[in-house]
Amino acid sequence: MATKIGIPATPAAAKAAPALSKDEVLRYSRHLIMPEVGMQGQLKLKQAKVLLVGTGGLGAPLGLYLAAAGVGRIGLVDFDTVDYTNLQRQVLFGTSDVGRPKIEAAAGHLRNLNPEIQVDQFETRLTSENALDILRDYDIVVDGTDNFPTRYLVNDACVLLGKPNVYGSIFRFEGQITVFGYPGGPCYRCLYPEPPPPGLVPSCAEGGVLGVLPGIVGTIQAAETLKLIIGVGEALIGRLLLFDALSMTFRALKLRKNPECPVCGEHPVVTKLIDYAEFCGIRGEETPVSDTTTTVPEIAPRELKARLDRGDDLFILDVREPHEYQICNLEGTLIPLGELSRRVNELDSSREIVAHCRSGKRSAEAVEFLRKAGFRKIWNLKGGILAWSDEVDPSVPKY
Amino acid sequence: MAVKVIIPTPLRAYAGKQESLEVEAATVGEALSALTRRFGELKKHLYADDGRLRSFVNVYVNDEDIRYLEKDQTHLREGDTISIVPSIAGGRRH
Repeated sequence: MATKIGIPATPAAAKAAPALSKDEVLRYSRHLIMPEVGMQGQLKLKQAKVLLVGTGGLGAPLGLYLAAAGVGRIGLVDFDTVDYTNLQRQVLFGTSDVGRPKIEAAAGHLRNLNPEIQVDQFETRLTSENALDILRDYDIVVDGTDNFPTRYLVNDACVLLGKPNVYGSIFRFEGQITVFGYPGGPCYRCLYPEPPPPGLVPSCAEGGVLGVLPGIVGTIQAAETLKLIIGVGEALIGRLLLFDALSMTFRALKLRKNPECPVCGEHPVVTKLIDYAEFCGIRGEETPVSDTTTTVPEIAPRELKARLDRGDDLFILDVREPHEYQICNLEGTLIPLGELSRRVNELDSSREIVAHCRSGKRSAEAVEFLRKAGFRKIWNLKGGILAWSDEVDPSVPKY
Repeated sequence: MAVKVIIPTPLRAYAGKQESLEVEAATVGEALSALTRRFGELKKHLYADDGRLRSFVNVYVNDEDIRYLEKDQTHLREGDTISIVPSIAGGRRH
């Protein structure tokens, strides 16, 4: 599909005819000597305004490459602080940034990389209340978020404002990249009208991401952003690019505008921003998806420790995955949650059993399942191995 | 008709950890039925309670979305590739 691309010239861009300084000519010389970019393209980059939603795994390569390329104004939206688990893939941050607001560390890094550009900081969560105001000033929005509610929010806001949304998402070894919201092109809701219900979202046992994956996906988003600005090539409009790092394959699927799309279709029913947490079936950030964790019998880490110290005969059942057991364990018997139903005969219902996982969610499911199967002397370790590390044995690593 | 079905990462756990497999089917509906017969757990991830494909799971034959072909009734040709493409959001733990 050959879609002529380029962002509409703003009135400001039309009247101002900025030139590059001598320093900028030197800095961007590898762009300037390419006819596809040249002086004209570089000036378009200088005048462009791009908003990055999220400065994490995807935002890191995006920010670095867009700043380096000379995108004149880059807005960053994030509310998080840098933690140790980020450093495996969020290459904008170093160890000394741990504990700092991401936005501050990111903006500092980008300004150092390219002092010629303007970096705007929005240290806030993007919400239905602030999204239109934040997005309005920018030509292109790049979605580098990590959750469904924000993705639907970014999509709807971009459609309502008529702004291209350069989309990338990742899971383990796999990525999806496309451009939504381009005038006449499809949007996120054309592809996926609704998000998955929270219960079907893969649990932490199946989650995780190869560190370099957001690097690959984020740089593809950066390439699409630069192409849109310069107006060269064929953008991923109407095409969904799938990347699999394990098989090292790229596949492009056709993506069509849905005439019945609730937000960009012929008769839109979503004409303003809605409550996206509710839309995604999530009530409150920290509320567990199922009530299982609060309804099954629990034992606190300190109580378990006291009983073990007394020499009580307790069977510790670890329902995590084998690779998690290798990180740390309480010397329990490992039966992953997914195998529990067919290995239930390995358990002795006459003994007292304490089930645990990383945070207590999977083991709550295990306890519920085993209670239904007739087990009566069974408890869930409250807060899992994380709470054990906090309250009983700090030498147990948290992950 | 032998066709290849590509299983996306999030669903591999429910499909014997396989990246792709071959099934014999004349339509997309038959191919997916063959798949869910083999891997029972996959069914609730592909279909809602009303028996319709879930709205966050798209199915493609080669590079075309079956919603714009004949949906479940889309006919298959020898060597076609079916892709199951669920929405993924990113790294946040739920």
